[in-house]
Amino acid sequence: MANVSLKELRKSYDAKSDVLAGINLEIAHGEFAVLVGPSGCGKSTLLRMLCGLESITGGELSIGGQVVNDLPPAERGIAMVFQSYALYPHMTVYKNMAFGLKIAGEEKAAIDRRIRHAADILKIDHLLDRLPRELSGGQRQRVAIGRAIVREPKLFLFDEPLSNLDAALRVKTRLEIAKLHRQLGATIVYVTHDQVEAMTLGDKIVVMNDGHIQQSGTPLELYQQPQNLFVATFIGSPKINLFTGSINAIDDGFLRIGLTTGQEISAEVDSTGANVGDAVTVGLRAEHIVENSLGSDVFSGEVTIVEHLGEANFIYLTLQNGQELVVRGDGNNQVQIGETLTVSTSSSAFHVFDAGGRAMRRLRPGNMISSKQSLASKEKIL
Amino acid sequence: MARSLLRPFGRAGVHLALGGYTLIALFPIALILINSVKSRSAIFDNPLALPTPDTFSLIGFHKVLANSNFLLYFGNSLFVTLTSLVLIILFGAMAAWGLSEYKFRGNRWLALYLAIGIMIPIRLGTVSILELIVKLHMVNTLSALVLVYTAQGLPLAVMILSEFVRQVPKELKDAARCDGVGEIKIFFQVILPLIRPAIATVAVFTMIPAWNDLWFPLILAPSDQTKTVTLGVQQFIGQYVTDWNSVLAALSLAVIPVLVLYVIFSRQLIRGLTSGAVK
Repeated sequence: MANVSLKELRKSYDAKSDVLAGINLEIAHGEFAVLVGPSGCGKSTLLRMLCGLESITGGELSIGGQVVNDLPPAERGIAMVFQSYALYPHMTVYKNMAFGLKIAGEEKAAIDRRIRHAADILKIDHLLDRLPRELSGGQRQRVAIGRAIVREPKLFLFDEPLSNLDAALRVKTRLEIAKLHRQLGATIVYVTHDQVEAMTLGDKIVVMNDGHIQQSGTPLELYQQPQNLFVATFIGSPKINLFTGSINAIDDGFLRIGLTTGQEISAEVDSTGANVGDAVTVGLRAEHIVENSLGSDVFSGEVTIVEHLGEANFIYLTLQNGQELVVRGDGNNQVQIGETLTVSTSSSAFHVFDAGGRAMRRLRPGNMISSKQSLASKEKIL
Repeated sequence: MARSLLRPFGRAGVHLALGGYTLIALFPIALILINSVKSRSAIFDNPLALPTPDTFSLIGFHKVLANSNFLLYFGNSLFVTLTSLVLIILFGAMAAWGLSEYKFRGNRWLALYLAIGIMIPIRLGTVSILELIVKLHMVNTLSALVLVYTAQGLPLAVMILSEFVRQVPKELKDAARCDGVGEIKIFFQVILPLIRPAIATVAVFTMIPAWNDLWFPLILAPSDQTKTVTLGVQQFIGQYVTDWNSVLAALSLAVIPVLVLYVIFSRQLIRGLTSGAVK
């Protein structure tokens, strides 16, 4: 069993500041955990600490039940895939994969068997005699993964492995990594700054910022119930719309919030601890807004920019007080710049954050907008 | 920029300039080679003339090779140069790796100290070196020369190799560490193969001064058993009479090993110089 457990893990380079401050995280055996966050958030440092390339300042790290704080990388049962692939340029693909095993004193026949097996899985059999410089980016990536596989590690570490590939190859390789995870049943920790990669690959996503874990959970949890403002703005594309306002009234299961746009909305969130008059931030995702006025809360504004994606449009509206609102509209609708558009949403779609940025739990977190709304859109389709 | 500067000359102009420089550089060597196979009177009659059947003479080579000491001097030079070369490259690369990879107290001061070695000619310290060698009872030994040449070559070697070691991507070393490769194995099996062009550069830069040196053999190892080629040639140069046939023949022979080594390293050398320049 290769579960990974981090207890109060700390890293600091000097006494003044912590790069990582007390990270607690459990990764189950066979789980695909993705560390995601903006650059400088400490995710790569954390990965390097898991690997053993960075020393651990405090706390406890165990892999498969064994505390490995002070073990060198080779004895931790891990293998790492680097962003730049880090293939030895002067060795053939075969030797690249064999190098670590040879150092470990494995028998020649066993090494050969493992390499053939890994090459078979990754379909790089025909490349074994080539040098890294004779390979394309995607092929190098596979070799780097192959070099990790032959070590038969308990834990795979990936450090932004796709960021050097072009867009098309990135999507393809992403799928292959997902397949590989299923095939090997291995525990994987994967670092990326790309939230799409994180959402598509991860069983568990760990959002980090400023050396702290902001939230960890399944992709859907993070999307539907972000625990704070940072996670809400980090997950989701385009970025969530944010309004500032204050609580006007607390009804049964609803908060009535006066926005600075001058409008009052009702949000279906858990109001425990909220008081009338509290300043709040309200979040609303572009895809939870529809281009009609049938929802419970209606906004209208002038269209400034339309981005056409084919199946959808991102429509940027400027509301009366200058606030910008992004709406994900139907790609078939022809929206003209300059026209006034009325859009609406349902009270269940709002995210509400208190003055400290902590989220109030949404009571109906699904993607549904409202029964009335979905009925309306169904009618439209029919 | 460079391109527009070259334009008035054009490609032919560039080749003309380089060809001219090559001629100037090769002229003394050609002069030695031509005159080494001429008779004594022909050398003085017309030093620039090519040997004709009349003037052709291998007398110099006969004298030099008959003098059994000359082969000994030749061997001494070769031994001193090659041993120094190996030591400079080995220790230079190790120091370069240590200084650029590991952070320790005094790292910068040590690097600076080595840089000073490039700026101050080692010959300024001849007196102290001689005193030291006398105290160590190493006068008239080849080891004394090897030590001095190693010391002389190390600063530049460390400087050049550090630059190249620093260019080896960090992730490559990390990958090796993840593979369980020890630090010493990383140095020999990952770093050294990758800085091969730089090593060739260092080899050429340190080999030639060591081979050509007259100063230290004259001071530290002038005995008959330890003379190097450059010192050995002096025996043909007298106060009143100089045996030019032998001098030129000996010098012609002395050029050969350097040329051979240069040809071996030059392919790598070009890569080393350009990769250092572009990156």
